[in-house]
Amino acid sequence: MEADPAGVLTGAHYFDGDFACGEGAMAAGCRFVAGYPITPSTEVVERISRRFPLIGGTFIQMEDELASMAAVAGASWTGTKSMTVTSGPGFSLMMENIGLATMMELPCVVVNVQRGGPSTGLPTMVGQADIMQARWGSHGDYETIALSPQSPQEAFDLVIDAFNLAEIYRTPVMFMMDECVGHMSEKVVIPKPEEIEIVPRKLTTKSPEEFLPYVPDENLVPEFARAGDGYKFHTTGLTHDERGYPVMSAECQELNVRRLVDKIRRNAEKIVRFEEEATDGADVVLITYGITARVARMAIDIARKKGVKVGVIRLIVVWPFPEKHIRELAKKIKAFVVPEINYGQIALEVERCSAGNAATRLVSHMGGGVHNPQDIVDAILEAAK
Amino acid sequence: MKFWRKPLDLDQVVIPHGDVIIIKDRCKGCGFCVEYCPKGVLQMSEEFNIKGYHPPIVVKSGECVNCNLCEMLCPEFAIYSVPAPEDETLGGAEESLSTVEATKEEKTWRRTLRAS
Amino acid sequence: MSKVIDRPEVAKEQHPVAPLLRMDRIPHIWCPGCGIGTVVKCFATALQETEVDLNKLAIVSGIGCSGRAAGYMKLDGFHTTHGRAIPFATGLKLARPELKVVVFSGDGDLAGIGGNHLIHSARRNQDLMVILVNNFNYAMTGGQNAPTTPTPAKTSTMPYGNFEHPFNVPHLVASCGASYVARWTSLHVRRMTKSFKEALNRKGFRFIEVVTPCATLYARLNKLGLGLDLMRFYHQESEIRNGADTRDVAIGYQSKIICGKFVDEDRPSYLETMHEYYRKVLGDKYVPTPPEGGMLREQN
Ligand code: SF4
Ligand code: SF4
Ligand code: SF4
Repeated sequence: MEADPAGVLTGAHYFDGDFACGEGAMAAGCRFVAGYPITPSTEVVERISRRFPLIGGTFIQMEDELASMAAVAGASWTGTKSMTVTSGPGFSLMMENIGLATMMELPCVVVNVQRGGPSTGLPTMVGQADIMQARWGSHGDYETIALSPQSPQEAFDLVIDAFNLAEIYRTPVMFMMDECVGHMSEKVVIPKPEEIEIVPRKLTTKSPEEFLPYVPDENLVPEFARAGDGYKFHTTGLTHDERGYPVMSAECQELNVRRLVDKIRRNAEKIVRFEEEATDGADVVLITYGITARVARMAIDIARKKGVKVGVIRLIVVWPFPEKHIRELAKKIKAFVVPEINYGQIALEVERCSAGNAATRLVSHMGGGVHNPQDIVDAILEAAK
Repeated sequence: MKFWRKPLDLDQVVIPHGDVIIIKDRCKGCGFCVEYCPKGVLQMSEEFNIKGYHPPIVVKSGECVNCNLCEMLCPEFAIYSVPAPEDETLGGAEESLSTVEATKEEKTWRRTLRAS
Repeated sequence: MSKVIDRPEVAKEQHPVAPLLRMDRIPHIWCPGCGIGTVVKCFATALQETEVDLNKLAIVSGIGCSGRAAGYMKLDGFHTTHGRAIPFATGLKLARPELKVVVFSGDGDLAGIGGNHLIHSARRNQDLMVILVNNFNYAMTGGQNAPTTPTPAKTSTMPYGNFEHPFNVPHLVASCGASYVARWTSLHVRRMTKSFKEALNRKGFRFIEVVTPCATLYARLNKLGLGLDLMRFYHQESEIRNGADTRDVAIGYQSKIICGKFVDEDRPSYLETMHEYYRKVLGDKYVPTPPEGGMLREQN
């Protein structure tokens, strides 16, 4: 369906990534946001809290991030598109209720504008070290969806996709920005509402008598009934059966958790998204995401001038990882080069998927700034040998 | 009933009568209903229910005043009272009324217990 | 006389509050002599007697023995994470303001791990009704010390007796700004039910603490007997003081339990304050979240 015009500020703007993300969320139909202030993400909710009273949305600044994520989970049960926004330390606190939202199968978006860690780390400076936390942060087995924008324009565009994916798969979606993208200002073009495709909440058509809250459809996604529509359903963070009733048994755990994981894994090929350039016949392929993708552009140009055949894959959807594609590619090239602002996270995944067929060379940066393109060039030249 | 002062409207007061209904297999024998019944209608029985607890039984069948205190206190939803039918021919029929079969699920629960 | 009376409806309906319960989950998990079931019964009775629209009522619980309550009531029921029932309920309420949202959970959940949410919700006078079942310990996990355990009661993590100062929870929430505060024991079934009925029809943060026997842990660890013995104790030692200053209602070990309705004030709730304020500063530009929620719908 089309976007609700109330949320869409059609036109060309000069926004930082945080504002663009907030505008994207409102264009996507988000009408409930709970958050707690944390640098460098706060501008997202500052934008939203200014606009929400004018467009029928509710923002509440909760007492902490535990509460913010819990409130988002509660709000999602009303069918309202809901979001919370944070950075590393808050992301850690949200993990508990990200697990709840995963278990209850609640569409929602969690924005993490990444800064340097661990702990309080570098509040105002960039990092990309929460990428694995987005994947594995909450306890227990689950699969997640995570996106990573490289510009304010993409922060706008992709957060809409994040909301749509959350609806399609009934799961929290991690929106992994980084401080650079969050704080850089660029031109952001917001299209007309009718040009924005929105996936609305798919409500069950069953009557309350026939409805069971956790009967999966062919995509392994259950139908949704919202709170207050007379379905009188039960839901829990405990392992549950199709009625949403807790069942403490290995059999139920098997059914419940395997489906939770499979609903993403089996649909992974539909969810993965990346930009690919010149990988055909390449010797070295760069795997990049977020701000690092843009820093790497300069390195790629320099390396190509030096005669190296460099291809590039920019991850737009980081999780699920384009596993199949990387496996195939690994058989054809010499090496992958993975620059990231951490000590090797996506590099591990690349190494796993290349399964010894191609070398993986990490170019790490510990955060607080972006790579010097020369470091990436050196790695490419080294890898091409 | 004894009064320390005879209420002026005693002749107009109609004391209600109730039937107390015990869903005996749901009871966990806590004794709250027996202890707090203002009319001493109930007593813990010697009998065991399917869960192995002693449920209450009605010992003073005509005396229930339908105050539903037993019903309010029971943590198991195992006892309640209803107004006694005006029909006085009731007498002696309480027994057939006073214990009600547990639900199907409760019986299944019992089976699961045995099986495990 | 042996007239068999044919009243199938009696056997069928099983119990007056059966329509409000998930009978397919009864018997519940609570121990013999536990008082939580009594609180559920009183709450169900209150719902029947106030005739609230049950389709528009949600019950949210956290974790623990009392946290299982949401799972036994035939309502939109949410069994959430430990301590987070209040913020989860806040999200439900704000995103669909027409709902009545009731939080039903225990002392460890609401005042311990969820203590921060409790005080901030009371401070905001958030539109929630909170039933806190106080059994003086963390029962589900085996009787550990709670922020409500009186000194020097024994718990499994204070085997020599608790030396920490406990919360006086009614005072805590009253001083934060809750508009309705009451306390009963599970023996006070009629007064508790009346409080529930009143609270269901009030707005703002409504808080009712119910002291209940935990026969299996608190009573056993302290050699206080059975659930029934604790009920007898409540009978002897509770004192009703409506309107009491909440500073005076702290609970000591096996000492007097002051019960009553302590606070009942008509203060603007969170949503009322928000609407009024936005209307004042934004005028006609203010678009509140519609009562049925902020869900986008296909426009045909
Ligand atoms: S209804 Fe009242 S009088 Fe009758 S058995 Fe129950 S407690 Fe006793
Ligand atoms: S109160 Fe209920 S559970 Fe307790 S003894 Fe009476 S009927 Fe049984
Ligand atoms: S452990 Fe205590 S609180 Fe929990 S169900 Fe048993 S008696 Fe009740």
